[in-house]
Amino acid sequence: MSLAKTYPKEIKQILAKYPPEHKRSAVMPLLYLAQRAEGYINKAAMQDIAQILEITETEVASIIGFYTLYHDEKAGKYRMQVCTDLPCALRGADEFLQNLCENLGIKVGETTADGLVTLEAVTCLAACDKAPMFQTQGADGIKYHENMTVDRTLELIEALREGN
Amino acid sequence: MTHILLRHREIPDIHKMTVYKKNGGFAALKNAVTKMQPNEVTDVVKSSGLRGRGGAGFPTGTKWSFIDNKSWPHYVVVNADESEPGTFKDREIMENNPLQFLEGVALTCYAVGATVAYIYLRGESWQIAAFLDEKVVEMEKAGYLGDNLFGKDYSLKIYTHLGAGAYICGEETALLESLEGKRGQPRVRPPFPASVGLYGKPTIINNVETLTNVPMILTNGANWYKTIGTADSAGVKIFSLSGRVRKPGNYELPFGTTFRQLIYEHGGGILDGRPVKAIMPAGASSSLIVVDDKVLDTPMDYASVRTLGSELGSASIIVIDDTVSVDWIVNKTVHFFKHESCGKCTPCREGTYWMQNITNRIHSGKGAQDDVDLLLNVAKQMQGKCLCPLGEFSTMAVVTGIERFPQDFRKAVRSEK
Repeated sequence: MSLAKTYPKEIKQILAKYPPEHKRSAVMPLLYLAQRAEGYINKAAMQDIAQILEITETEVASIIGFYTLYHDEKAGKYRMQVCTDLPCALRGADEFLQNLCENLGIKVGETTADGLVTLEAVTCLAACDKAPMFQTQGADGIKYHENMTVDRTLELIEALREGN
Repeated sequence: MTHILLRHREIPDIHKMTVYKKNGGFAALKNAVTKMQPNEVTDVVKSSGLRGRGGAGFPTGTKWSFIDNKSWPHYVVVNADESEPGTFKDREIMENNPLQFLEGVALTCYAVGATVAYIYLRGESWQIAAFLDEKVVEMEKAGYLGDNLFGKDYSLKIYTHLGAGAYICGEETALLESLEGKRGQPRVRPPFPASVGLYGKPTIINNVETLTNVPMILTNGANWYKTIGTADSAGVKIFSLSGRVRKPGNYELPFGTTFRQLIYEHGGGILDGRPVKAIMPAGASSSLIVVDDKVLDTPMDYASVRTLGSELGSASIIVIDDTVSVDWIVNKTVHFFKHESCGKCTPCREGTYWMQNITNRIHSGKGAQDDVDLLLNVAKQMQGKCLCPLGEFSTMAVVTGIERFPQDFRKAVRSEK
């Protein structure tokens, strides 16, 4: 199913934000739209976006490659992205992440055996006062989880699993 | 003191239209559009002494007066791409006091003759963007946005736009590239955005906190605003306090508040009662300050922090105690900038790569004093040669860390295996 057929209304709304002669501006919102269903952007969606915006597929791919929130490969149903930048690390983010890895039996960058969670270390998420913290990125969007402990994170993963 | 920006802390429902209006909301916008010329709005902001809160501290009214009136249309772009490690203030404003922020955007647009504004938020803030979209619709229904505002020949639309995880897009020309649907890589300046900005048109770019001040300044007057803060730095600032303090968080205080007041009176002091060793006053891009009593009693304003060999920047105060080694701090900041370098200019792309290699070696205990010297050399070679401030930022903690805390690096390389 093409992007244009799945989301006609949304595409129209997105394009209305920008001057018609500069519709290339819509590439970022369209990529979010394309990522909604499966958590990553497949080749067909990339072609659709190129066609809608009258730019090349290479140009679309270069945007996906540049920004960290776009993905062109399948991962776990949820990407669990722990901030390990300086302010969070001063409040134990590194130890938190290491503990979490041990509890889940995976390394950073790996996915749990059931395909539910891919664990990642990321740069600043602007929640420095609420460390340790992470975001979960899934098809239903991005959610922040702040002032976390390993126990509460394992509970969260259980809840995500049950909702699976 | 009652808050000027974080007003939700006294008025919990200020995000609601009725509550915001009851507390003086949109009076400034109505007065400006119906009774003032655009340049008069700029003049009030200019004489208030308001300076940009995103980090550079440039006088806001002066920036607005640079808009090129020979080229049209004009745009206003709000930088809400808050991504500096240590900064988390704009998010609190937009989540809790969105209407004051949006009124500030509208006033700015009127002052510079823009009929369209884009708010560029970091991708993680998609829920905040959706919330702002709702507020924009409420404002349109109430006649504060849309066509012919207050029956006058002035129309305005505000749109949100989401980034997708790139610190560099906080640099204003990279942000414009990103908004135009390209990779977020900085442009060569000049020309500056006030003459050639979004879609090649004159554009004013301001930070969220900066613009949230504007309705209060228009309501209460430039002189009122100048009575707060210091002569050099008028008004209030939201200090984002993080690191090894008991109560991290946002504290809206007048410029000129001392580090000691922020850390001990507001932040509850240091974890486990340890002493403060270093302060990074402008997030990860700060020069590290060696802390003593004199430093703690220094007022936090642009000029005073400069006398300490650092910058106040966005006032993202990262506090470091004596349990932390500075070689680890440098390892962390270099890692961040290496990850966020956009790759456009060679000094930054290659420099951050090599700095990361060397600092990894030092921090893992495999380094020698030669590595410390080499790291300092690479950082100094980068300075003054990068296309945009990101490259410069990446060197600040490295150079000041090694020069001001040499003992930490000596210790790190002595543990050589």
